[in-house]
Amino acid sequence: MSLLRSPSKERLWKDEFSVFTSDERYVTRRQFTKFLTLASLGMFVGNLWIVLKSYLAKKPAYPTAEIANLGEIPVRGVKLFSYPTPQDNCIMVRTGEDEYVAYSQKCTHLSCAVYYSAKNDRLECPCHQGFFSIKDGSVLQGPPPRPLPQIVLEREGGKLVATGVKVSGNG
Amino acid sequence: MADLEPTKQRRGLVAIDGAMALIVILLIVQIWLLSATLEAFLAGHSGPVIPAAIFSGLLFSASLTLNIFVNRIDSSSRRP
Repeated sequence: MSLLRSPSKERLWKDEFSVFTSDERYVTRRQFTKFLTLASLGMFVGNLWIVLKSYLAKKPAYPTAEIANLGEIPVRGVKLFSYPTPQDNCIMVRTGEDEYVAYSQKCTHLSCAVYYSAKNDRLECPCHQGFFSIKDGSVLQGPPPRPLPQIVLEREGGKLVATGVKVSGNG
Repeated sequence: MADLEPTKQRRGLVAIDGAMALIVILLIVQIWLLSATLEAFLAGHSGPVIPAAIFSGLLFSASLTLNIFVNRIDSSSRRP
């Protein structure tokens, strides 16, 4: 403890070196506890921020975009497109004669581009072997924590149009 | 009387160390809670958001109470 004190009983201003490095660096239990409590406050504020974000955030308005003509791609065929912005790459798969599904192409693990494996009938991420169901985009295997966001498709005449994005949790 | 002071101080230190350890545990739980809530929120689930915030608030209250306890013990064990 003597190392953390001024060596003389003289007033500090009388010392030649009035700053004691070890004293300055010494963190008391009180200070450390205060730091931990402030960190705890930070975590609480973080949780409050999520509450505010979830209740004040407006639901995004998605545009309607023409994706493809009906029958343009063969059964088990794939078409890549961008929706809702040009930066959001998506993949559409014709799963049956009259069935189409579309998902975001960005893997929910580390954002690698997923591709359709016709052999296994699933969407696969080549980076870490994450597999997604072609039926609903749910995670079948691997590290992805969430299903792929699904693109809502509608028919308008002979065309397929994207009208929204459905984000869902696992399970 | 002079022999009692070190004992009192030692007991105070033990109490402070225990309180600090408890705050650390509470903080770890809060960190986990925040990451789990964020994960759920990003996955589109807003259900657990409010209970998690309430629980986090309770944990913060507990940390604050322990902090006050540490300050009080520290003050009382320093002064005769």
